[in-house]
Amino acid sequence: MHGRMPSECHNNGGGAIKMTISKEKGTNLGNTFKLLTGNHAAAHAFRQARVGVISAYPITPQSPVVEKVAEFIAKGEMDTKFVKVESEHSALAVCCAASATGSRVGTATASHGLMLMYEMLPWAAGNRLPVVLCLATRAVGAPWSVWNDDSDFIAIRDTGWIQIMCEDNQEIYDTVLQAYKIAEDPRVFLPICVGYSGYLLSHTIMPVKIESQEDVDEFLPSLRHHINLSDLSIIKGVDPVTTPHVRDRGKEGIVPGYFEYRYSLQKALENSIDIIKEVHDDFAKKFGRSYGNGIFKTFEVDDADIIIFAMGSISAQARIAVNQLRKEGLKIGLVTLRVFRPFPAKMLRELLKEKSIIVAFDRNIGYGYQGVLCYELKSALYGVKNAPYIKGYIVGLGGRDVKTSYIIEGVKRTITQAETQEITHETEFLGLRQDVLNEYDESEFFKGGENK
Amino acid sequence: MTKSKEDYQRILGSVQKPVKGEAGKTGSWSLKKPIIDESKCIPAKSGKPSCFNCWLYCPEAVIYRTIPPKIELEYCKGCGICMEECPVNAITMEEVPLK
Amino acid sequence: MVNVLEIPEEEYIYPGTRACPGCAMALIYRMALKALGKNTIITVPASCLTVLHGMQGFCTTKISVYHTPFATTGAAASGIVASLEDKGLEKNINVVAFAGDGGTVDIGIQSLSGAVERGTNFIFACYDNEAYMNTGVQKSGSTPLGAFSTTTPLGKKGFKKNMTKILEAHGIPYVATANGSYPLDIYEKFSKAKEIKGPKYIHILSPCPPGWGYDPKDSIKVGKLAVQTGFWPLYEVINGKFMLSKDSKRYLDPSKRKPIEEYLKMQKRFRNITEEEIRMYKQYIDALWADIVKRIEE
Repeated sequence: MHGRMPSECHNNGGGAIKMTISKEKGTNLGNTFKLLTGNHAAAHAFRQARVGVISAYPITPQSPVVEKVAEFIAKGEMDTKFVKVESEHSALAVCCAASATGSRVGTATASHGLMLMYEMLPWAAGNRLPVVLCLATRAVGAPWSVWNDDSDFIAIRDTGWIQIMCEDNQEIYDTVLQAYKIAEDPRVFLPICVGYSGYLLSHTIMPVKIESQEDVDEFLPSLRHHINLSDLSIIKGVDPVTTPHVRDRGKEGIVPGYFEYRYSLQKALENSIDIIKEVHDDFAKKFGRSYGNGIFKTFEVDDADIIIFAMGSISAQARIAVNQLRKEGLKIGLVTLRVFRPFPAKMLRELLKEKSIIVAFDRNIGYGYQGVLCYELKSALYGVKNAPYIKGYIVGLGGRDVKTSYIIEGVKRTITQAETQEITHETEFLGLRQDVLNEYDESEFFKGGENK
Repeated sequence: MTKSKEDYQRILGSVQKPVKGEAGKTGSWSLKKPIIDESKCIPAKSGKPSCFNCWLYCPEAVIYRTIPPKIELEYCKGCGICMEECPVNAITMEEVPLK
Repeated sequence: MVNVLEIPEEEYIYPGTRACPGCAMALIYRMALKALGKNTIITVPASCLTVLHGMQGFCTTKISVYHTPFATTGAAASGIVASLEDKGLEKNINVVAFAGDGGTVDIGIQSLSGAVERGTNFIFACYDNEAYMNTGVQKSGSTPLGAFSTTTPLGKKGFKKNMTKILEAHGIPYVATANGSYPLDIYEKFSKAKEIKGPKYIHILSPCPPGWGYDPKDSIKVGKLAVQTGFWPLYEVINGKFMLSKDSKRYLDPSKRKPIEEYLKMQKRFRNITEEEIRMYKQYIDALWADIVKRIEE
């Protein structure tokens, strides 16, 4: 992961980016490359998107985002109301209320901050508020860990949010700008989470091309919100209590029940995949950078029998593994998922139905079952005749380094298991120190527990 | 049947519009209704705007500040606060048959 | 004190709401909205007031309302104010948070404290019916000593949280107490508060017929007894300066205060109160007024 440059990654998007790194370190924020951490890339995107209200609470590894925003505001480079709230739960509450009043909003968090915000996640989705949340993914306690894994990112999946995972800092900047355009599209109006690896991306410096403000303004028009409490000419109550039933008041109207409200949320989320693709393609046309087809990125997939399936920054290791295994004669490719929600089941099915083996690498785990990417992919391929053999591995929880050798090991193990076609749901961890685990014992701490 | 809008286009942000009688005709909640005796009512007797305790203390805003005060029985829940707060006992709660 | 004829006639709440008959909160809300006027956005957490506003599709007020989860009233108000400031509309629109005692004193205290600490320009009004009434009378941090609730069936031990003292400690420009039985006082306090810049807090006692156990027609009488016994003094603290309100001034003289038993005996929720607890009430009221006397003399 260290020292990797983004130009090598996007050869499926139309060639490497030609880079001229600007020597100036000042605040001239025009058409230049800057050396930025992932957090700062997100902050620059918030600035250029002309976000109206930002409300966030500091948490490792996201704190530099809000620090940079505060710096921009102090220097007069950003005209945004930054509400310095007293908890993450309040942060998303402020964003929801500000969005309902008709402002463009943004927030950022990680791990436990997201867990605290959790009550407000379905609220934002159900209220159809275009909130953009930057998630510097971090492991969830207990025990405490500040290091990277995707457990917080996957926790959002059932709440009705669009979720996009980024692979490098340029993608973070680009995706946050795209996120506002997607979220505020009248066919969408859904909150979006832009995820990126804590520390590995959030704190690692890479060259990022910052576009000119005029170009960004052209790409991203100002918000026209459907609720807009500040317009007092239309009186409205927002988010009332609903019932299971339809409410018929004759001439005054028939209002659907909770079931219909939630159905319309599902339909919007399903349909949003088209708009995500549209906005991605518009962005590519205007700024010359693309990320696969916008939904997932493919690498050496066309003639591959074996596919590695992953999400986020571990794709870097996966790409190196693919190159190495190809040298050994394996016909292997990589699919990196970009849009996690709505899960692009149909598109993945079309792409992967004729492959022989798929190895999914999850930097997360749905405890009690399997890695989320693994089992969601399996369900997407349900019903396919002669479906591929699918196996998943858990890697890198709590920031355990994901080595290329683990990925190669995982692929080779799966190939062996695939020969017997035995379906195992056993969740295998790669990079585990079983030797240490075998010897370690905490039982002496628990001795005092007997009742006297 | 042609759809007026595709399902995904229906942005339902859960909003409400104001109506009168949201809980229905709340007058049906009570058989007892306040009746004002105009021979005792202070503004009715003087013909001038005065007192209006009943209008002031009504939690439901169903009493109008006219001379004499008019009560919208269709929505009055029969709580009896107006009767209690009238300084001259001009209001009595009487059973009114449901229409 | 404003005269009843000076109160605007226009109503901001349509008749036919789901409030209980005799609900003091309905009267408080009615008066507050008259003072605030039509350029107001209200934010309401889960509470009885949520239900008064009406259910799916149809609401009962002539002003816009934003419903928000229980713990977030202060934060939602902060968000609305921030958005209005971002758009340059903050001078024309009042933002008022209207929460019950649960959403202020217990689960809502963090976001209230945060919103106030940030200097958010809004009014936070707490209508205090002294328990979680909307969910069926469970105790809250604002339930008084000896009161019945479904989670304290033998009567609550321990006193009410003193929210006005907590908000005074935040150093905000306006803190006040009010009472549903004194609508003219409520109107005056909201009118005054909306002209002040910065965070304002008004704590309003709100008698509740089903929760407190008395006939709905006595709502005003019960609320008045709270003031007449000295249990609920009406006052304002404006930039740190204490001012006793007109309706509480005569109770500076202890001989003018009615005995606390009169207030307690009117409500079924105090049916199991002990002699010891009544004595504690008397001590509490004496200490409260000793403190008030000291603050007035400063």
